[in-house]
This record gives sequence, structure tokens and C-alpha cells, in this order.
Amino acid sequence: MKAYRNYYLKKIVWFVITLQCAFILNFILPRMMPGDPVAGIVARMAQGMSNATGVQAVYEQYTELFGTDKPMLEQFIIYVRNVFHGDFGYSISQYPRTVADVIKSSIWWTVALQFPAIIVGWILGNTLGALSAYLRKGFDNVLLPISIFFSNLPAFAMAIILLVIFGVSLKWAPTSGGYGFDMIPNNSWEFVWSVIVHYQLPFWAIVLITIGGQAIGMRSMAIYELNADYVKYARFLGVKDRKIIMYVFRNAMLPQITGLAQSIGTMVGGALFAEIIFSYPGLGSTILTAVRGGDYPLISATTLIITIMSLVAFFVLEILYGLIDPRIKAAQSE
Amino acid sequence: MKHIIGQVFRSGKFLVGFVMFMAIVLTVVIYPLFIKDEPLDIVSRGTFLPPGIYVNVYDSIEFSPRYTLILDEAAARRIASKLSHEDRLAMQEWLVAMGVPPNKIDIEDTANLLELWENTFDPTARIPGMTNADRNYYIRLNSALDGLLATEGATVAAVNSETGVLEEKDVIDQTDYVNVGEVPNIRLLPLGTDNFGRDVLTELVKATGVSLTIGFVAGIIATSIGLVFGLLSGYLGGFVDDLIGFLNNLFTVIPPLMLAILIAFSIGQDQRGAYTVAVVIGVTSWPWTSRAVRAQVISLRNRDHVNLSKLSGHSIAYILLTDILPYIASYVVMALILQISQGILTEAGLSILGLGPRTTDVPTLGLMMSWAMIYQAPIMGIWWAYFPVIVVIAVISFSMNLMNTGLDRVFNPALRE
Repeated sequence: MKAYRNYYLKKIVWFVITLQCAFILNFILPRMMPGDPVAGIVARMAQGMSNATGVQAVYEQYTELFGTDKPMLEQFIIYVRNVFHGDFGYSISQYPRTVADVIKSSIWWTVALQFPAIIVGWILGNTLGALSAYLRKGFDNVLLPISIFFSNLPAFAMAIILLVIFGVSLKWAPTSGGYGFDMIPNNSWEFVWSVIVHYQLPFWAIVLITIGGQAIGMRSMAIYELNADYVKYARFLGVKDRKIIMYVFRNAMLPQITGLAQSIGTMVGGALFAEIIFSYPGLGSTILTAVRGGDYPLISATTLIITIMSLVAFFVLEILYGLIDPRIKAAQSE
Repeated sequence: MKHIIGQVFRSGKFLVGFVMFMAIVLTVVIYPLFIKDEPLDIVSRGTFLPPGIYVNVYDSIEFSPRYTLILDEAAARRIASKLSHEDRLAMQEWLVAMGVPPNKIDIEDTANLLELWENTFDPTARIPGMTNADRNYYIRLNSALDGLLATEGATVAAVNSETGVLEEKDVIDQTDYVNVGEVPNIRLLPLGTDNFGRDVLTELVKATGVSLTIGFVAGIIATSIGLVFGLLSGYLGGFVDDLIGFLNNLFTVIPPLMLAILIAFSIGQDQRGAYTVAVVIGVTSWPWTSRAVRAQVISLRNRDHVNLSKLSGHSIAYILLTDILPYIASYVVMALILQISQGILTEAGLSILGLGPRTTDVPTLGLMMSWAMIYQAPIMGIWWAYFPVIVVIAVISFSMNLMNTGLDRVFNPALRE
């Protein structure tokens, strides 16, 4: 285990630095937006108010509340302090809700939707890719074009196609929301069933998007490995086919795990569009409302959370990779 | 060079992809030469006119010669278009509810059904369990059915400008036809109109052009950054490599889409033109190109010819350009193709989020998609507002991917069958 210490230490340092950079970018970029975000909310709040001093007072109150008149550095310090308290300040478009409150109500939908869907898609995609590499003719001829086509469809297009076929035409599943619009979240079976029914379309949309790319990657990796010298040698020695295939797929798997780590950001992005198309009450829809409302504290916090989520996923995969790949172990014990 | 191009075009996959892609590019170039409508002109009042040929009614009554055609099916078709199967079922439901024995109703026998309907329909009747909306539906249905079996024509009248009285001008028989070719005003809307009342096809062609441009600009920016960083970090190694590697990892781990969202948001709606969006996409999507180029350069940098060049005292720029770049050129072209298609998809994604180019100058595929989503076209079954856009996006990215796979086969002998 000692051999790993360096490897993990490096990864952890790297993780912390990335996190800080992401944090700073998340703070600065949305605040560079031209125009006064407070003016927007004041215009909405002061609708029908004819009294100029009244409007001015409202304006000052909100400027005070969001701290937009302070210098950038001071705003940053306040922001850091708030974040450590688990509080991202007030949301502009959904005032008086706090950003933390808005995110708390949407993050679990995203986590519960995306992680299982990406994992299922990854497993299915790799299995299909491996099968297609092994069986080649027939299976390959049908499967390859289909998966190439699927992986070329943008995430939102896949979601819309599923929506139209299964939601609108066949009416198998509801087309929008995370649960029936006439329900209040509670613990009844009826509610759980409604959640399950609403879960299906976004889930399968994400799974299908993930399958395409993974299947193609796994197929070419597996073909490459199947033609490698060690396979020929093993065949020559008369090792059983089944055993060879196990080795081949284990070796082909490794780059696929790195691939998963490197594309996790893209996948999360794609999955967010699936949420938006199905109006799923997750972070994707939150971003959409935040963009439409010019709500920079909310955008900042949402993108930060998503970045952290993919950072963590990346980190976990890197650690797993270190455990699985014998080369890393060898390099560390030198 | 000629040999390579010849080889590339012998690859079936590349050829298919190339033909698909060129078909799109040619359409974008040629279409505006023939159809000179402004893509953002609003041609219809009301939203989402279905696709079809629109014939001016006034013209066909006033200006076009009228012909009489005796067609047996005409009356039946006329009734069928007014009285769908659902309507017949609904009528049956009403009749049963009003106490007509079910076995006397044959919903396929139009004359009989209409007669029964005329005898029993009563707009004031209240059937238990029937909502107001349902009752209004029946009232509408009833007025639509009025005179369905009539055989006389319709009378056209005009207001006399002197007396202000309606005067009969013309009688149109049920057997009267006009020749579409002789009507002065016809508008073909092959894909209908969108939510603003714009011609979808004209808009789509323009949008495809703009999206391709965005893709090219974004792809070239991303590939250039990736290429320069990859060359430098692979060839120089050391501190430069560490620094670029750090940036690279940073931009990989922070989802590129999140970065694009943040930057696009910070630019603000009014400043975001098509090219600005392209630049935003370009500067956020270079990392994988840089990583791939770096790996290639590392495998090349200790080759004999590179060492020889170094010994002859050539500058770093010279070595990179003449000794290394030619070896990875094919790879860079493939990366560029992928970046372009990725750029087009990213633009579409940003636009759906409301972070695409501002909506007043030019249409893009993403903006068309975004408006279709805002107006809920998929749920309302308005396929022409979103499906052609998806098809174009899919065909562009599919064709580019095919070209890429074809190139891969040519340049990477290990993949050849």
C-alpha cells in the first residue's frame, strides 16, 4: 500500500488545486456580465410603483443585500465565507429563496438520475462494444452503424426523439416533470410510482446517449487487443478461447475507464440537456431558469456544484484506475 | 499529396460522408441563389402553419378561370375531411347518451348518421358527466356538419360601394376547380412556418450555413490552440509541459460546457454574435486535441531526422513545422473535423439554454431548436419546427464522423481490414 502513497498524494494535491481554480472561475465569470443584475429585480419588484424615491429605496436595499456595490475582492471574501457556511446568498430570480435552498431541492434529482444512467449506459455500451468486436460479422454490421448514429445525435435530440415517440405518440410515459404536477412530494406509494414513471424517459435518453460512444470506443479497443501479439501467442500455445477473451477484455477495459474519467464532464453536460428537455426538476432546469432570470449567484453555484460533482467522479475513477492498472503499481514501486 | 487524396477518396466511408456533407454545403450555397426571401422575414400571421402549398383564395375565386371536373369521389372526400373517425365515435357517444339504441347506429353510414344527428342533437341538452368543453365541442361539430350533404354551390357576394348592399357576384359549384398553375398567388411552404411565422425551410438553410460557420470558426480556434499547446508541450517538455498539462487537466475536469455557459453568460445577450459564440466554444474545447497532439509529438521527438535537424542548428519553430508537423498533419485534420462537428453541437446546446447568439441577426440551428422548445413544438406534435433541425444536425455530425472514420482507416494501417 505504501507504493501508492505518492500516487494518491499527487492526485489529492491536484484535486485541491483544480477545485480552487474552478471556484475562482465560477466566482469571477458570471460577475463580469455587463448591465446591473439588481436593476432587473428592482424593475420586477417595483412594478406599478410610481414613487421615484420608493424605487430608489428598493434599489438600495437590494444592492445592499447582494453586495454588488462593494469592490470585487470584498465580494469574493464574502462569497467564500458564505460558501463555507453552506450558503450561497440569495437567488436573484427566485428571491427571497436562497441559492442553497434552490439547489438543495434540485440536486438530488440530478444525482439520482445521472449517476445510475451513466453507469448503466457505460456497462451496456462496453458489453455491446465487446460483443461486436468479438462476433464481428453480422452483429457488427448491424450494431456499429446504429451506435455510430446514436453517438452522433446530440443529447437533446435523443431526448426529444424519445419524448415524441414514447411520450407524445405512444403515451407510455409522461413528457415532463419529476412527478405528477398535481402531487405534493410525500411518502405514499402513489407518489413513488409517479416518480418512477417520470424517471423512465430521461433515464433511457441518457443511457442511450452514453451507450453509443462507449460501444464504439470499446469495439475498437477490443479489436486492437484481439490482434495483439500476446493473443496470437496464447492461441498458439492452445490457451482456451474463453480465457483469452477474459484477458483481452480486461486490457481493453483500462483505456475505457480513463475514457470515462475524461468524458465525465461532457456526459454530465449531455445529461443536463436531457433534464431540460423533460423539464426534470434537476440542476439542468435550474441552470435554464437561472440563465433566463439573469441570476448570477444561482448560475455560479449550479455550475460550481456540477463541476465539483464531475471533479469527484474524476477523482474516484483515477483512484480506481490506480488500483486496477498494474502499470501504475509497477511504476510506484520502482 | 495527390496519392494520399486518391487513397482517401477510395475509402467508402469517407466518400459517403463527404458526399453527404457536400450535399449540405451545396444546398446552403445554392438555395439562396434561387430563393431570395430573407430568412428572418415573417411571412404568416399566426404560429406554426403546417407544411404545404398555400393558394390564395381570393385569387382563385376572382382571377382564375374555372373548370368543371366530374369526379365521383369528390363528395365522399369532402365529407370525410369534415367528419373524422373520432368525430363519428363522438357522435355515437352523444346519440347513445340521448337514448338512441346502439344497434340502430352505424357510424360508417354517413347519410344515416347525419339524419339521426339532425333529429336528436339539442345544444341545450345536459348530459350527466359531460364537461363544458365537451359540450362546446359538440356545438362546434354540429355547426361544421350543417349543410354537409347539400348539393348546391356557395354564393360569393360583394358590397356595392354605392348602395352598401350585398350583391351576388358569383356562384361556385361543388364541381368547380381552378388550375393551381393559373392562380397568381401561391406560396409553397415545404416545411411550414415557425412560431414567428417565418418560412422554416428558408430559415433552416440559412441557419445551417451559420451553424457550419460557427462550427468551422470554433473548430479552427480549438484545433489551433490544441495544436500549438500540444506541439510545445510535447516537444519542449519540462516546465512548459507541466504548465500546459496543468491547464489541460483543469479544462478537462471542469466540464467544458460549464465553462462555456459561464463565459457566454458573462458576455451578455446583446454582445453575443454568432462569431463571439464560436470563439467561446473554441477556447473551451481544445484540451483533448492538445493532449492527443502531445502524445504524437512525444513519439516523434526522438526520431533520427528530428535529432539530425536539431544538430544542424535549426530553430525550434523550424523543426516543429518541417520535421514534426507533416507527420501529424493527417491526425490534426481528423481532430479538426471532430472539433467542427462538436462545435456545431455545442452551439445548439448553448442556444437551448438561452446562451446562444442573440436572436435578432441570424438564425442558427440551435436557436431554431430553442424556439421550438420554448413553444413546446414536440409536445404539440408540430414536427416541422424541430424534426428537420434535428435531422440536419444529425446528418452533419454523422457525415463528419464517417469522413473521420474513413480517414482513420487510410492513415492508420492497423485499423484496415
